Amino acid sequence: MAKTDIGPPDYKTMLPPVIQRNYGKWLYHEILKPGVLMHVAESGEALYTVRAGSPRLVSTDHIREICDIAEKYCDGYLRFTSRNNIEFLLDDKDKVEPLIAELATRNYPVGGTGHSISNIVHTQGWVHCHTPATDASGPVKALMDEIYEYFVTSTLPAHVRIALACCLNMCGAVHCSDIAILGIHRTVPKVDNTRVPNMCEIPSTVASCPTGAIRGDMKNKTITVNDEKCMYCGNCYTVCPAMPIADPENDGISIWVGGKVSNARSAPKFSKLAIPFLPNNPPRWPEVVDAVKNIIEVYASHARKHERVGEWIDRVGWERFFTLTGIPFTDKHIDDFDMATETFRTSTQFKWG
Amino acid sequence: MAKSDTPLLDELEKGKWPSFVKDMKQAAQKSPMAEDLLRQLELSYKDKIGHWKHGGIVGVKGYGAGVIGRYSDRPDLFPNVQAFHTMRVNHPTGWFYKTDALRNLCDVWDKHGSSLTNMHGATGDVILLGTKTEHLQSCFDDLSAAGFDLGGSGSALRTPSACVGPGRCEWACVDSLDVCYNLTMHYQDKMHRPMFPYKFKIKVSACANDCVASIARSDFSVIGTWKGDIQINQKEVLAYAVSAINIQTEVCDLCPTKCMEWNGKELKIYNEDCTRCMHCINLMSKALRPGKERGATILVGGKAPIVQGALLSWVIVPFMKLEPPYTELKDLIDRIQDWWDEHGKSRERLGELITRLGMRVFLRAVGLPAVPQMVKAPRTNPYVFFWPEEIQKEVK
Repeated sequence: MAKTDIGPPDYKTMLPPVIQRNYGKWLYHEILKPGVLMHVAESGEALYTVRAGSPRLVSTDHIREICDIAEKYCDGYLRFTSRNNIEFLLDDKDKVEPLIAELATRNYPVGGTGHSISNIVHTQGWVHCHTPATDASGPVKALMDEIYEYFVTSTLPAHVRIALACCLNMCGAVHCSDIAILGIHRTVPKVDNTRVPNMCEIPSTVASCPTGAIRGDMKNKTITVNDEKCMYCGNCYTVCPAMPIADPENDGISIWVGGKVSNARSAPKFSKLAIPFLPNNPPRWPEVVDAVKNIIEVYASHARKHERVGEWIDRVGWERFFTLTGIPFTDKHIDDFDMATETFRTSTQFKWG
Repeated sequence: MAKSDTPLLDELEKGKWPSFVKDMKQAAQKSPMAEDLLRQLELSYKDKIGHWKHGGIVGVKGYGAGVIGRYSDRPDLFPNVQAFHTMRVNHPTGWFYKTDALRNLCDVWDKHGSSLTNMHGATGDVILLGTKTEHLQSCFDDLSAAGFDLGGSGSALRTPSACVGPGRCEWACVDSLDVCYNLTMHYQDKMHRPMFPYKFKIKVSACANDCVASIARSDFSVIGTWKGDIQINQKEVLAYAVSAINIQTEVCDLCPTKCMEWNGKELKIYNEDCTRCMHCINLMSKALRPGKERGATILVGGKAPIVQGALLSWVIVPFMKLEPPYTELKDLIDRIQDWWDEHGKSRERLGELITRLGMRVFLRAVGLPAVPQMVKAPRTNPYVFFWPEEIQKEVK
């Protein structure tokens, strides 16, 4: 019988010696060039980090290739970042350029540091999830192909964090991203009255609805959905598998902008709705790619240095954001959930666009 | 040349960014499961719909978490992914690896699963993407022998995660790695045996840059901060001024509290006005360092939209010293979880429960004093509750 509750391996056994010697005694760091960091410790020792992109969905042979590279240049030490990048950690400056050269021959993009677009945090999508309204890996790959240059350079006003979640469950912090790509359903779940009585608990299904659109039908041991109140979040489907919500022709993607999690300068904030719906158009989601690229390019040409997307929009105003990006403003942009009135304008101070 | 089974996915092998389709095809060379996964995904690309059924309950002996059940809705076409369950493996804190550990993981997964992984999942675990029900226990046994354990899932404490912290960062105000690892080891039972109303996430960032997004996506958020003056090296400030940075426009003008003055020679900081946002320190890491008295701000309630809307975490303890064995921190977590466990409805996150019952009730229950740092502003409505003991008893 295997040992249980042993927990993860102790991270201290995974740290390269240069980190063990200088743990907690780092003095400063510099970005030597896109994707390359130098951290200098009080002791004078330096740690070099070479950051490379990954598709997140990786095969064991790909991981072994990463191990081969880390053994050749880094004495076998590496780490991953919270945005699914690979970081090769080394203390020998002379090995940095040969490492980068080898990564180039193997088509690993090096970058994602400073004022760049780092890897897109994303979810499982059609690859392995039961509630997705879109795929995750596919739109991410299609978009990263198009905005690749922003990963390997550092030319933006500030860093731009993009995240994708394939449904409103949001396995990942997309709701506070500079640009969030969110899969949405747009049709009411289809209740299968023959299966609900056997598969679902009525009270918890009723309670799962944020807008109170679901009522119990105790006589028939099922539930009914009030179509007018349903905003297609899919939470009921998570609780009750007998009311599927996926709809190939009406599911798609919404785009949200201006969120951040860092406290630097302005407070952390949620992303706000920019585009309510774009169609699922596999394999390359051209409408989504174009829309996100447009937002990035308008931001890049109008924001001031160090301004995140949300800080730029706060300065110029949302009315100007819609004018500059050419994105149509619709009734869907005006909130009608719990705290809606807090977003209504309560002054005569606004711009003409 | 034979016609490809996956013409749509083949399109995603093109382009400069690393292709997940290449990785799937690589795994398909050795795993029939990966091959069927690839073919099922192609069908999804054609149909524009997912082909996974609602999960079933599967697991390993002694655990109620760590395995996510997954079944294909087209087992007739893709028999090798009829059952294709995810195993969540708790990552080494900070996602640091020595390659021998990674190679062990790969060997175990080639033996038991699809040879496909996520490095890593959103919560931080290594995601082992798909295996059959009969492989779960033997896979776990081999993982355990290799020194790995499963992470959290379902209504449990989810795998805690931390930023790189003192491992590499000069801005670390707390030892995020040690705090995270210590809590992970201390709460193994709460991770592996779900007993809460819903999920509970803990994330530790060593400074206000919050590189693990703890404020947005953890029920219990630990963010490093300091008291006292920012440490200044005026010589290095000057060096930045002559080389790379316009101190006035890039540093002083962007300071949210305008607590800095620059006269061309010296940077003056009015520390009592500073809210420790990190902007100036981010820009001039050689010249400015966090103050010497270090600890963490504790915030609670952050979450994504489901069910009652997304929340950012709220400050509940402005400053807590964090030193091993972190007794004060653990006591607070225990009190919060006990209160939530007792009052929370099924699938109600901590932030939603506090919203429903009131911050006032929460603070009293967990024994925290109300302080101005908790709010952006006091209330504007007069709908004020008083406690019974604050009211003079009516004399009969």
